[in-house]
Amino acid sequence: MDFLILIQVLDSTLRLATPLLLVCLAGLFSERAGIFDIGLEGKILAAAFVSAAVAYTTGSVWVGLLAGIGASVMLSAIHGLASITLKGDQIISGVAINFLAAGLTVVVAQAWFGQGGRTPPLQSGGRFEPINFPGAIPSKEMADVGPVMQLYSELLSGHSLLVYVALLTVPLSWFVLYQTRFGLRLRAVGENPAAVDTAGISVVGMRYAAVIICGVLCGIAGAYIATALQASFTKDMSAGRGFIALAALIFAKWRPWYALGACLLFGFFFAIDNRFQNILLPAWSLSGVLLLTAFGLAGYVWRKDLLDKIVLGGLGLGVAFVSVLIVASAWSAGLSTQIKIPVVFIQSLPYILTVVVLAGFVGKAIPPRSGGVPYVKEK
Amino acid sequence: MSFMKSILGGAAALALGAGAALADPAIIFDLGGKFDKSFNEAAFTGAQRWADETGGSFREIELQNEAQREQALRRFAEAGSNPIVMAGFAFADALGKVAPDYPDTKFAVIDVNWLSMPNVRGIGFNEHEGSYLVGMMAAQASESGVVGFVGGMDIPLIRRFGCGYAQGVKAVNPNATVIANMTGTTPAAWNDPVKGSELTKAQISQGADVVFAAAGGTGVGVLQTAADEGILSIGVDSNQNYLHSGKVLTSMLKRVDIAVYEAFTAGNNLETGNFMGAVGFAMDEHNASLVTADMQAKVEAAEAAIAGGSLSVHNYTDDETCPAVSF
Repeated sequence: MDFLILIQVLDSTLRLATPLLLVCLAGLFSERAGIFDIGLEGKILAAAFVSAAVAYTTGSVWVGLLAGIGASVMLSAIHGLASITLKGDQIISGVAINFLAAGLTVVVAQAWFGQGGRTPPLQSGGRFEPINFPGAIPSKEMADVGPVMQLYSELLSGHSLLVYVALLTVPLSWFVLYQTRFGLRLRAVGENPAAVDTAGISVVGMRYAAVIICGVLCGIAGAYIATALQASFTKDMSAGRGFIALAALIFAKWRPWYALGACLLFGFFFAIDNRFQNILLPAWSLSGVLLLTAFGLAGYVWRKDLLDKIVLGGLGLGVAFVSVLIVASAWSAGLSTQIKIPVVFIQSLPYILTVVVLAGFVGKAIPPRSGGVPYVKEK
Repeated sequence: MSFMKSILGGAAALALGAGAALADPAIIFDLGGKFDKSFNEAAFTGAQRWADETGGSFREIELQNEAQREQALRRFAEAGSNPIVMAGFAFADALGKVAPDYPDTKFAVIDVNWLSMPNVRGIGFNEHEGSYLVGMMAAQASESGVVGFVGGMDIPLIRRFGCGYAQGVKAVNPNATVIANMTGTTPAAWNDPVKGSELTKAQISQGADVVFAAAGGTGVGVLQTAADEGILSIGVDSNQNYLHSGKVLTSMLKRVDIAVYEAFTAGNNLETGNFMGAVGFAMDEHNASLVTADMQAKVEAAEAAIAGGSLSVHNYTDDETCPAVSF
């Protein structure tokens, strides 16, 4: 593969991973404190709308960003009120927030701008423009320079400020969660709130702090989508990214650095799917990969109990069978026949991987122990 | 008593008759929403034009999910709306079920021309021909010889756009490369401008300098990115030239507005059967500087040739193959 193509795909990866990463970390803070948040999607959408609308009205993207964060934090506060103070079901509250945001954004946008649930396009100044590093060259001249310059100009330079903010959020989250007293308490509230309460720390206060942080991060993600990637709000423009971020959160086992890895990996799959759509692979390599998967499964279930052996062994046999089928069908035309891997498969890879992690293949994904349970003080 | 009865009966008949005569037409928009600046908006424009000209009023609904299709249809039919116009191919199944239950109501459905029912008017469009015209335009405006196509949901209808476009491109420049991408395989593909942007950037990095978006709301992202990156884009369904004045080469027009307007105007006398609507390309003050007289003349000549039957554009949905591009 051409080095420049790889760089371009990675560049796209970074852009696509940024909103995922912010939302994934948002979910991480919330869930680590024991508040499950299905409403991430709704918060991104609300923040996207408010940031675009306010940025257009005021002409300043910074005011827009603040307003977007404000809207997202407000939804977070509603979620907090329902699930912390009123001890309601966190899943239901989250779903309600998604519905609220999906409907309200379009209705308010229609009443405000009369353009049918979208905001007018932002002019420069109302948008986060790409930041070009000193010495970076425009992409049109990219093919004529060396790999280091390509790496610098295409991959590192030319992103909007929020991309760098998102990347910085990862070490910051790690530091806050693992190196500060606040972080220790926050994690403890998600594992064993009674113990935290016994120590004289307010469980309610900690959990509210967590959902507010979650709101701020979702707000940045929404503003990034509407004012950096795009130049206006359009209906349902978050397009399920809140849910993909939840999948990434499980894939990352609720850890900040893993979250970075998971979001970059998911972003990479999306970038590949955007760039290549249907991928052609020679039959022998495709068949080889499938066979390896089958052997891996066989090795994994070797020492497991009977049920695992039956279920996963069956899965392995199925994969091996497909592999043999591919060889058989390609036999007459030679083993280097190109076989098309459908774009749909690449698109579904993030979800398949999440299921794989949930099934316990790659270590165990254990959610915070008190996640989803409202804390009731013993009387 | 009998006198009273006949008066009452007469009044009732009059009331019923008045109800039937005053039945408002109704329109159901598809999931993209009526202000998608594209397909649904074109339908809305037609309905609004009818309302402005006649002073009449019409009922409307924007679907929020698939389950509402049949429900919305039945509700309008029960309420006596006539005719009921549906914007979108996805109504075919629901309409097939509902239409026989309301034989006195006329239905018109856009993008569906394969139903044959006594009370249904199907309006299809030769999208491949309109796309062929803008494809010619794209190939003439392209300097790199590489042009792009971004489709919405991967369905045969959108492939028909892509295939016609590619044929138009190859007709002008047989050596041109057409990069064809689809946004997704679910209805969410109509509302994902971020992915539209990324697809466009990927196409630009492969050398494309004109991109045709046939992707509903996703197309907003395509046109935005094309304008940001300094290449040309082509809009779809409605005239989208004004979205980025001087940066949108042209728009492929499906005169959905005319189809809806005609259906509303015909009212209860709507002629049923399957018809073809008009297609074309948009010229206005926003793209005047981009299209030379020579380019326009060439495309108009092709338009006339298609209308006259001397030029035929291959239709993807006829045999699910495309001679000019692979999806």
